[in-house]
Amino acid sequence: MDLRTLTFLVVGATFALYVYIAIRARAGTTAEFYVAGKGVHPVLNGMATGADWMSAASFISMAGIIAFKGYDGSVYLMGWTGGYVLLAMLLAPYLRKYGKFTVPEFIGDRYYSNKARLVAIICLIVASLTYVIGQMKGIGVAFSRFLEVDFATGLVAGMAIVFVYAVLGGMKGITYTQIAQYCVLIFAYTVPAIFIGLNLTGNPIPQLGLGSTMADGSGVYLLDKLDQVCVDLGFAAYTAQKGTTINIFLLTLSLMIGTAGLPHVITRFFTVPKVKDARSSVGWSLVFIAILYTTAPAVGAMAYLNMMHTVQVGEVGTPAGNIKYDDRPSWFKNWEKTGLLKFEDKNGDGRIQYYGDDKEFAKKAETFGWKGNEMVKVDRDIMVLANPEIANLPNWVIALVAAGGIAAALSTAAGLLLAIASAISHDLLKGILKPDIDEKSELMASRIAMGGAILVAGYLGLNPPGFAAQVVALAFGLAASSIFPALMMGIFSRRTNNTGAISGMLAGLGTTLLYIFWFKGFLFIKSTAMLPDNPANWLGGISPEAFGAVGAMINFIVALTVSHFTKDVPDHIKHLVEDIRVPFGSRAAVDH
Amino acid sequence: MSDASAYWKANIRLVIGCMIVWFIVSYGLGILLVEPMNSIRLGGYKLGFWFAQQGSIYCFVALIFFYANRMNKLDREHNVHED
Repeated sequence: MDLRTLTFLVVGATFALYVYIAIRARAGTTAEFYVAGKGVHPVLNGMATGADWMSAASFISMAGIIAFKGYDGSVYLMGWTGGYVLLAMLLAPYLRKYGKFTVPEFIGDRYYSNKARLVAIICLIVASLTYVIGQMKGIGVAFSRFLEVDFATGLVAGMAIVFVYAVLGGMKGITYTQIAQYCVLIFAYTVPAIFIGLNLTGNPIPQLGLGSTMADGSGVYLLDKLDQVCVDLGFAAYTAQKGTTINIFLLTLSLMIGTAGLPHVITRFFTVPKVKDARSSVGWSLVFIAILYTTAPAVGAMAYLNMMHTVQVGEVGTPAGNIKYDDRPSWFKNWEKTGLLKFEDKNGDGRIQYYGDDKEFAKKAETFGWKGNEMVKVDRDIMVLANPEIANLPNWVIALVAAGGIAAALSTAAGLLLAIASAISHDLLKGILKPDIDEKSELMASRIAMGGAILVAGYLGLNPPGFAAQVVALAFGLAASSIFPALMMGIFSRRTNNTGAISGMLAGLGTTLLYIFWFKGFLFIKSTAMLPDNPANWLGGISPEAFGAVGAMINFIVALTVSHFTKDVPDHIKHLVEDIRVPFGSRAAVDH
Repeated sequence: MSDASAYWKANIRLVIGCMIVWFIVSYGLGILLVEPMNSIRLGGYKLGFWFAQQGSIYCFVALIFFYANRMNKLDREHNVHED
């Protein structure tokens, strides 16, 4: 059976499974639409959170970025896992105790103001929508490859499927579907990693394989070999640090705080039976996430090594050392069709030269008759999907990876769209504008909101401001600078009042958004960027992706200062804060 | 009330302790001290690189379960647990 038919079959089968579950568990009431029926077991909730969390950015994009950045890719690994520590200790149990549907609801109540709730709604929509753009990029890559069409067509196909999928389900359907999706995606991610690890190092556990010696009998450690291969071709060593320490530090921090501030993840912990369960459920989520996150560095390193060996077949500098363009493997041809991989024969020798821009090496390359790097475009987001093909794994593994990537993108996009929909229909419409709206119209409004969000995100996803993982990193910066500080102060500082929280959120979100738009273009339209996005222009060497941590600091400082000079928090709110700090007396999970 | 505030103080102490570990394993060993750490090797891994791409994640998982466990005990000690 050829690869294309097989991919259709595997993707189709997994889809049938999700849709079946979604229909069986179709949401009947508004409560079920927003949060799954009460009392989802912590372990199962952890698994669903894992699927919700691990998106196209984690599945498709992250290992590819690690492959090309080496050590610097660690920011995503630490950033997207370390945030769970913050979530477990600073937010989840308290928000569960409070027991409401949504994040803006908590902020509106705690800061006794509809204005605060409105600002929280805006922050939530901005962050979530940016996140969905990143997902759309990932979905576009996956669909363009397996339908063998260009990126734009793939994206539109993906949008249509997300629409049907998210609008149909609601949270109740999603929780059980997401458990299925977790199983599909983790299987799809680890199987090729195990195969490739076995091929390269003889060790079936990728986490150990990455630290093992090569299986070719040379006794060289895989990572040392990779460092050598990189340096030999004018790239920086794989394990060496390339970016500045300050930027790596702040980007990691920004991703961590953002993780704890992303509404679709927080909402997850409203659904466990008890406060106690909220704590352990965060732990279980991280266990399921860590399985993929500790595998990803191995996938990245090994895929990169295999790719280098595909292009550079022999000694560097000898003519026969580079593969002939006509002999390029089929994965190369397939990805060329999507436009995400491009070759340009600069020196007209019919062979592919791929090398870095190290100055010393450039001089050497000239003597070889090389006229520049000829792999003019290698979109990082293709690495994970191309990985099994590069390693010559059987077709069913390739089909499986496509299914896994689509599962990852769909599950997260659905969760995010739901967060956006509930912010608009539940918080904005029912909470502020039209409190007497009936359940049916509220559900309708949330479905329309989802549709609108998909269109906007799809449109912006056509010209994304970066690779999927980078776009998602921007979303985290926005969540970090706006939502996390407001939630944390709401629990840990009795003194933070309404004016303080509102000014804090606006200052944090405003500065971060401005900084991002300054370099990425307003509303991510590239032509409107004020300065080119490169380290020379960044303020203090801080990249737009990393600015969220600074925005969060601004938020904290502004909120605490303004609170200090304005009217103290009323007594009943102080009691509310006292109450959410102790687990005793918590009500059943969201049941209104 | 005094018991509630004692509970809260104990909680804050625990959180700060965990946060210090959280900071050391990621920002400390994986970022700020990555260069010196890299001179030590763990099999094929340079240790700083290992903490950044593997070790910190294992520590995070352990930290959360440790915290959850200690908090459950604190809840009972201060009699604020759920029924």
